[in-house]
Amino acid sequence: MLFKSRNFDNADIALQAESLTVALPDTPGQPQVLKGIDVTIRQGETVCLVGESGSGKSVTSLAIMGLLPEALKVANGKINLQGQNLLPLTQAQMRELRAARVAMIFQEPMTALNPVLRVGDQIMEVMELHTRLGQSERRKRAKAIMEQVHLPDVDRIFRSYPHQLSGGQRQRIMIAMALVLEPVLLIADEPTTALDVTTQKQILSLIDELQQKHGTAVLFITHDMGVVAEIADTVYVMKHGEIVEHAPVEQLLRHPREEYTHKLLSAVPSLSPRDPRPAGSEVVLSVERLNKIYGGGGILRKLPQAHAAKDVTFTLTRGRTLGIVGESGSGKSTVARCIMRLIDPSSGRIMLDGSDIASLSRGALRPHRKKLQVVFQDPMRSLNPRWTIAQSLIEGPLNYGTSRRDALAEAKRLMGVVGLPEDSLNRYPHQFSGGQRQRIAIARAVMMRPDVLVADEAVSALDVSVQAQVLALLDQLQQEFGIAIVFITHDLRVAAQICDDVIVMQRGEVVEHGPAGEVLGAPAHAYTRALIDAAPGRDWDFQNFRSMSETENAQPA
Amino acid sequence: MAQDTQPASAMQPLLRLIRLPNFGIAPKIAALVLLVIVVLTLLAPWIVPHDPLAMDPLVRLKGPMEGHPLGTDNFGRDILSRVLIGGRLSLAIGIATAIVAVALGLVIGMVAGFFRTADAIIMRMMDALMAIPSILLAIALVALNGPSVGSVIAAITIPEIPRVVRLVRAVVLAAREEPYVEAAIALGSSMPKILIRHLVPNTLAPLIVQGTYILASAILTEAILSFLGAGVSTETPTWGNIMAEGRMFFRIKPELILYPGLMLSLCILAINLLGDAARDMLDPRLKKRAG
Amino acid sequence: MLGYILRRILAVIPVMLLVAVFVFALLRLTPGDPAAIIAGDMATPAQLERIREAMGLNQPLHIQFITWVGQLLRGDLGTSLISNTPVSSMIAARFGPTLSIALLTILMSVCLAVPMGVIAAWKHRSAADYAVMSFSVLGFSVPVFVIGYVFILIFSLKLGWFPVQGYTPISSGLGPFLLNAFLPALTLTTIYVALIARMTRANMLEVLGEDYIRTARAKGAPERRVLFRHALKNAAVPILTVIGTGFALLIGGVVVTETVFNIPGIGRLTVDAILARDYPVIQAMILLTSFLYVLVNLVIDLSYSFFDPRIRY
Repeated sequence: MLFKSRNFDNADIALQAESLTVALPDTPGQPQVLKGIDVTIRQGETVCLVGESGSGKSVTSLAIMGLLPEALKVANGKINLQGQNLLPLTQAQMRELRAARVAMIFQEPMTALNPVLRVGDQIMEVMELHTRLGQSERRKRAKAIMEQVHLPDVDRIFRSYPHQLSGGQRQRIMIAMALVLEPVLLIADEPTTALDVTTQKQILSLIDELQQKHGTAVLFITHDMGVVAEIADTVYVMKHGEIVEHAPVEQLLRHPREEYTHKLLSAVPSLSPRDPRPAGSEVVLSVERLNKIYGGGGILRKLPQAHAAKDVTFTLTRGRTLGIVGESGSGKSTVARCIMRLIDPSSGRIMLDGSDIASLSRGALRPHRKKLQVVFQDPMRSLNPRWTIAQSLIEGPLNYGTSRRDALAEAKRLMGVVGLPEDSLNRYPHQFSGGQRQRIAIARAVMMRPDVLVADEAVSALDVSVQAQVLALLDQLQQEFGIAIVFITHDLRVAAQICDDVIVMQRGEVVEHGPAGEVLGAPAHAYTRALIDAAPGRDWDFQNFRSMSETENAQPA
Repeated sequence: MAQDTQPASAMQPLLRLIRLPNFGIAPKIAALVLLVIVVLTLLAPWIVPHDPLAMDPLVRLKGPMEGHPLGTDNFGRDILSRVLIGGRLSLAIGIATAIVAVALGLVIGMVAGFFRTADAIIMRMMDALMAIPSILLAIALVALNGPSVGSVIAAITIPEIPRVVRLVRAVVLAAREEPYVEAAIALGSSMPKILIRHLVPNTLAPLIVQGTYILASAILTEAILSFLGAGVSTETPTWGNIMAEGRMFFRIKPELILYPGLMLSLCILAINLLGDAARDMLDPRLKKRAG
Repeated sequence: MLGYILRRILAVIPVMLLVAVFVFALLRLTPGDPAAIIAGDMATPAQLERIREAMGLNQPLHIQFITWVGQLLRGDLGTSLISNTPVSSMIAARFGPTLSIALLTILMSVCLAVPMGVIAAWKHRSAADYAVMSFSVLGFSVPVFVIGYVFILIFSLKLGWFPVQGYTPISSGLGPFLLNAFLPALTLTTIYVALIARMTRANMLEVLGEDYIRTARAKGAPERRVLFRHALKNAAVPILTVIGTGFALLIGGVVVTETVFNIPGIGRLTVDAILARDYPVIQAMILLTSFLYVLVNLVIDLSYSFFDPRIRY
């Protein structure tokens, strides 16, 4: 792993936050969201602010921009930009500073650009607000910066609206807009989190390239240790509004001083596939030439067709886990929803315990539903908010004739198995955290004693430490009940940790299929290689605090 | 753009996005005002000083005087008695309309939200019904069916139904996409069960809010129909009828319109404020913030 | 673009056809003899026969419907039972006053309501916000004719600024026209403003919470620019929608207001028709206003793409 090892001790300080404290003044007790943090960023340096959700990373960035939501107020401290304290500045003075000296890019490129204005105008607006350049000069500079962020066909994109561009292109526009006035500091708040892994790689190297070219200081906020390893000079670890520790990147990843950092790094799943389990012989699910075609038809004109899944074929044996990986639009969720018969496949067979469920009617399907359960991505929405946990858990068994008493007893037992207190049963979903809700959703599925569990991005919305726990829980349940799992994910690290076999999908087609060790260890298809290549921090073994090559040398195969 | 955006009095899912500023005591005052109006009108037959229909040619169009605290109308009838008695029918028509419109709208909206084939037909019919200005439709219905209480209720109810249908359908369509509903499908729950146990409860909160707006709207529409001469027969006093008769004497005695108008407006204002408060209370997004 | 417009127009046809079916069914499906319903209890057999003849009620239903739709398509809205003149020419004679007051109302409403809603959303939970919201709740709660009479009482009878009732066409000069038309338009504006201001505020609040507003602020854009250039254009589509659907409210309001202010428009014509049980006129008015409603909303639909490039032709 090649870390950045530049030395900035002699560089000028771009930004320095001193004992910065942000509080909620109108909430009883005036809780502090930031508790006196110190951060220093030097000219040309990339500082990564890393932490789990609720750690205060984004509040820090908004405080620097002077864009805190109304409920939050800076209670104490200083924010010095090149020696000038920003906190006493008026709104008008802050406005002059934004984009000109401190610029920011955000997580969601899909929503961060104004949908009703042309992107060229949005870039030019920055110059209109902060410079006296004429219209033609503004246009020239806007197009020049668009060239610099490597947008293709600049003249066309200049006139485009955001919805006509891809996510990656939109993020490039955001970067162009942020850098066009050559600010001292660029704040990037999870700028690649919403992007596919291959696009993420391009955006990360773009930020790197422009930073070196312009000497910008970058404050990069992320939850992803892989991204940290790729891009950081210096890392600050945050937890509950405090800086836990900070150090140059390699030092932090090799020798974390604090227990929390240690825990955080250990939770990052390794990209090297786990040891395969013995292949079972009892086939529980087999999918043959499954196709799903959307669209077509239309009364007045023929609508375009989309082949969301093309001839997908696989088998799954008891107790094994099959991963379906791919980027957005690859068709992996379509396959999952077809198997669940939440949507109807266009053609193909889905053999569940020997019977084809692909074309059964709703009524005929019901006896089979029991064997096939699902866990969804969004823990906030996967439980009925109006129902107690007990009601949710016993809904399924009651449908299949279990008595209420037996179902409740089982629900109680499973609460213990998934690590929640018994009295959880009488509470409502909003009283639980995301990770806890995902455990409940898993318990609800396990209540049915399914043969197959479909987990559709089931850990993607969770923080890494919680992610690790939920993955461990799935593993444990799989061993206890012999459930076969279809695990849909975009995250190769997660796939490597949980899957025995892996299918790689691209634009509806299966491009590679095989044991996880082979597919992820020695990919045959170019697309699989590109995916693995793009996984950030792939050369670093976070759990063992050393590089992958060191790990390989330590335990020769 | 199937956004439903109608007058307050007949209000819409979009309205749920609007938060009435928290007046704090406004809903409480509104509740108190409404309570007083309801109690007064309910007890009216026992507390009014005069028979609201009794004419007295000697005291026509008089101002406040002994025995007639609000004065008399052109037939010498007691205005106070008429206004209090008149409220009974106005409120009754409003409540009946709200109940019938919500009940019918719930059933039709559920069908539209859940069965795709029925949806297209039902929604085109609702579009057409929405296109007909509700006052004119009500006028025509009353003109054809006669000025009975029943036909007035029907005339006010029918134009309100499409809005309820759209609301229920929108809630059902949104809820159908929720993972917890898909999970229920996976758990083998039958469609009717999912409809009743998962989806109907979602519609209740917006329907209660919608019901209060329909109540307000119906009382208002009844008054307008009467005012235009297409309401309940003029022999029965309602707030609308009293104002309609007062039209002729507006220059001499504006109180004939102002007193019932004031009662009516206070009543509708109170209902609207309570509806807004209910909406704020029932809005799940607000609840989330609190929890 | 042309294809899109064509498709939108074609989509209007089934809705209009259904409206026609409803209107047709109104009379025919009412229990009892349609002719007797129209003529009232005191009608002589000769009168009934005349009504049946005039409205074609002797023929089978489907023939009646086809004949009627055929007449409609030729612009024949029927003949008044009272004056025996074609309904279409009666409407044409009364259209001017209504149209001019309606346009004045829309103009005044939009100019008042949109800034009110924008300010209320911008200064969320401030005194200005409370004022706008209180006004809009009030506007919904007072019957339009009560508002009209209160205005007459204050501005005409007490202050003497405007004539009490009546109408002067715009052809007699803008001044005299406005003198008569201002109060009725103001009356209608009250409810329309309540509706539009409320909706503007709601949508602006929604839009002001969007990510791209944060982006605009991060660029250093001043608040006025954020509000009007970035936010309002995004909120325009739902605001336009409410102006369109509020058109139905406006029609109801016009009927009442013309009665209050004694204006010889189509609203007054409708009320007179109700009182005289002149069913062909009532029927024609329902059809005409529904058609206008659909038309106005079609135009608004087509104008969306001007504000939002995501709505494609």
